[in-house]
Amino acid sequence: MTTLVLLTITGLGLAALYFLVASGLSLIFGLMDVLNFAHGAFLTIGAYGTWWAAGNLPGAGESGWGFVLAVVFGVAVGTLVAALIELLLIRPLYQRHIEQVLVTVGLSLALVALVRAVWGADPRPFPRPGWARGTTSILGANVPNDRFLLIVSAVVVLVAVLAFLRFTRVGLIIRAGVENRTMVTALGIDVRKAFTLVFAIGGAFAALAGALGGIYLGSISPGQGTSLLIFAFIVVVIGGMSSITGTAAAAVLVGLVQQFANYYAASGVGDLSVVLLLAVVLLARPSGLRARLA
Amino acid sequence: MTDAPLLRLSDVHVRLTGSHILQGVDLSVRRGGVTALLGRNGAGKTTTVKAVLGLVPCTGTIEFAGASGRIERIDGRRTHEIVRRGIGYAPEDREVFAGLTVAENLALAERRNSAHHHDRVFELFPELKQRSRQLAGTLSGGQQQMVAIARLLLNDNQLLLIDEPTKGLAPLLVAEVADVLARAAEEVTILLVEQNLTVVQRMAQDAVVVDQGRVAWSGPAGDLLADADRTRELLGVATSGGGGRL
Ligand SMILES: Nc1ncnc2c1ncn2[C@@H]1O[C@H](COP(=O)(O)OP(=O)(O)OP(=O)(O)O)[C@@H](O)[C@H]1O
Ligand SMILES: [Mg+2]
Repeated sequence: MTTLVLLTITGLGLAALYFLVASGLSLIFGLMDVLNFAHGAFLTIGAYGTWWAAGNLPGAGESGWGFVLAVVFGVAVGTLVAALIELLLIRPLYQRHIEQVLVTVGLSLALVALVRAVWGADPRPFPRPGWARGTTSILGANVPNDRFLLIVSAVVVLVAVLAFLRFTRVGLIIRAGVENRTMVTALGIDVRKAFTLVFAIGGAFAALAGALGGIYLGSISPGQGTSLLIFAFIVVVIGGMSSITGTAAAAVLVGLVQQFANYYAASGVGDLSVVLLLAVVLLARPSGLRARLA
Repeated sequence: MTDAPLLRLSDVHVRLTGSHILQGVDLSVRRGGVTALLGRNGAGKTTTVKAVLGLVPCTGTIEFAGASGRIERIDGRRTHEIVRRGIGYAPEDREVFAGLTVAENLALAERRNSAHHHDRVFELFPELKQRSRQLAGTLSGGQQQMVAIARLLLNDNQLLLIDEPTKGLAPLLVAEVADVLARAAEEVTILLVEQNLTVVQRMAQDAVVVDQGRVAWSGPAGDLLADADRTRELLGVATSGGGGRL
């Protein structure tokens, strides 16, 4: 029973990371038809931004509000980089999907190489605030607190995104744009503003995932974002490509399957079973779990 | 009314995926009333409308006199900028947002530089008010067309570009749509793509016929419809018997 609880909550923690990365990917793909391979780099930037701020930014630190400030800094840098990339590199290639994919692949390699050049390829220990290092007893299992931090963050982000899409005008424009971008412009709306915004939001979530992933793993390395990105893409596909609730459900599914398979079969089987899960879902429901946004 | 046109296309060419679709279209739409844009299937009517909106790349000159009355080039500008000068567009396939409610479809259409006439729209289409929370994708074809027309009438426009509004509608609904558009035409200029010659006869003062990407005829709509031989030659139909659908 304790193993079951621990595996479930850890699986949900992992799902939270996947969701944070995949939700941005799915919004970007849904609205702009861009497969953003640079998304993993936003995660790396968020992680290193937080780590750097915790050690160097005045007022920031490794625990308490200082750490919160460090995370805010990391997320802000990730958001800014994402917005700039959309404005400077994606926008000029509007509607040229192959070129856009090539640019994002190139960027992901370049940004990771940049981080490696500045801070080295070795993992760096990531600050873990006191509370996150503790455990909470649930049904006899000692669950590390950082799992709850991940889960609560992802749930807050999910609720916030859904409310944003449902109740704001920009959210309305995004939902409509996912369906029919051309008609949105024909109503007199500059849909490209929504593109930049969606990129920035995606960058913010990925950067947050970077910081939270640092806490979860205890260390960060330049390639972390890229390896997480693969699973995030699988989550997006299973979730139905442009649906936020579908992405959330798919993230939970993938996180749990991976954890349980790794524990009960053998380490490494988890990754394989995720790919199997992808195949099964695509065969049973070619359009993914949910085909609509929000 | 001055004689200066509201919209003027000069030598407009459109090439898409290698084919030369519009091959030098020249036409003008005068302010006030309805100009019908006619032609056989595949003649280039929809492409002409899309060229005006900047939805397809084109060469040549397209000029439009906005609310200011001064005629200005709009070709090469981005679609949302063109539309904000006061052009409403109802596409051939309606293109309402299926995943949004009727109310959301209308809210999305509220243009920021215009007043929004929800009252006028609901007066014309009371049904839309009752169905405001229904997803537009679950509406019937006729109801979807109402949403598409409501989007046009919600804002203050100088020109409406309406592509086959009666396509696929039952006769009763065709008459209703024609009524609504005739009322709208009292206040705003309409460029109407229409295959139903009865509707054309009732609404249009002017007509432009395109054939194979060029303007083959233009003049008073009455002259065209009165000349059965010419109508048959240009549109491939006979007008006797009241002019049915093509
Ligand atoms: N994107 C495109 N690529 C290639 N050819 C196209 C494209 N869009 C339209 N065409 C072609 O251009 C021609 C004119 O099309 P258009 O839609 O303007 O005709 P239309 O007069 O509106 O016809 P209909 O009465 O059937 O609606 C057609 O032969 C069509 O096949
Ligand atoms: Mg057409």
